[in-house]
Amino acid sequence: MSLTRAERTIIVSMWSKISTQADLIGTETLERLFSCYPQAKTYFPHFDLHTGSAQLRAHGSRVVAAVGDAVKSIDNVTSALSKLSELHAYVLRVDPVNFKFLSHCLLVTLASHFPADFTADVHAAWDKFLSIVSGVLTEKYR
Amino acid sequence: MLSAEEKAAVTSLFAKVKVDEVGGEALGRLLVVYPWTQRFFESFGDLSSADAILGNPKVKAHGKKVLDSFCEGLKQLDDLKGAFASLSELHCDKLHVDPENFRLLGNVLVVVLARCFGSEFSPELQASFQKVVTGVANALAHRYH
Repeated sequence: MSLTRAERTIIVSMWSKISTQADLIGTETLERLFSCYPQAKTYFPHFDLHTGSAQLRAHGSRVVAAVGDAVKSIDNVTSALSKLSELHAYVLRVDPVNFKFLSHCLLVTLASHFPADFTADVHAAWDKFLSIVSGVLTEKYR
Repeated sequence: MLSAEEKAAVTSLFAKVKVDEVGGEALGRLLVVYPWTQRFFESFGDLSSADAILGNPKVKAHGKKVLDSFCEGLKQLDDLKGAFASLSELHCDKLHVDPENFRLLGNVLVVVLARCFGSEFSPELQASFQKVVTGVANALAHRYH
């Protein structure tokens, strides 16, 4: 699966809107993840996961920043996320199903914050992009 | 599966949904975001672009039909398997739809609800809806053999 030129344009354009509220989007994505998919909390026994927690905010920022890194290197996501890919494969070992859950929660957050911008084409491009990002992050699992 | 509060919250939000529009949008987005799902709708005419799909009258009509069915299911949250038994048989025996598609559509519906309701569609409300769409998808798959 690779992105068409049109999809790349859509993704980059949407990112410029997301980046104005990046931390908020990141935090809300994680809140949605942990509310809807409690199994994801098993990877964070050391975190305070209550709404408004500093750790949740910090981690949400980190996750969205990584998505932003992928957008900025959209022509070579594999290279941009190489270190993160190793981290997930050898240290974190998050079950791949959770990337689907996280991606879905990010899309829901985007739809909620950008109802007019989040058209069907934008939805499709971002779903595909997050699927590619997830693939890169799980690439070295075995 | 859902507490009394969750059922009330879900029912209350859904009462505000414009069933005509949301059904068509959800089905349309399914066909745009996951184009392989178009395999079930070859008789629907022009599905060549997102605009064509979302404007397609057959997509809108079928989307409404699907959502009406979903609404009926919401009235029987305590027995979704019973509520969707005959539809389950239909989707298996006549329509030959892979149940994975019910999961995909359920998640697209959640995205559409988020778009409609913005911040009102809180993480907690989303969690309740995720349980509902999962329950409906499982109920529709229940009679498969």
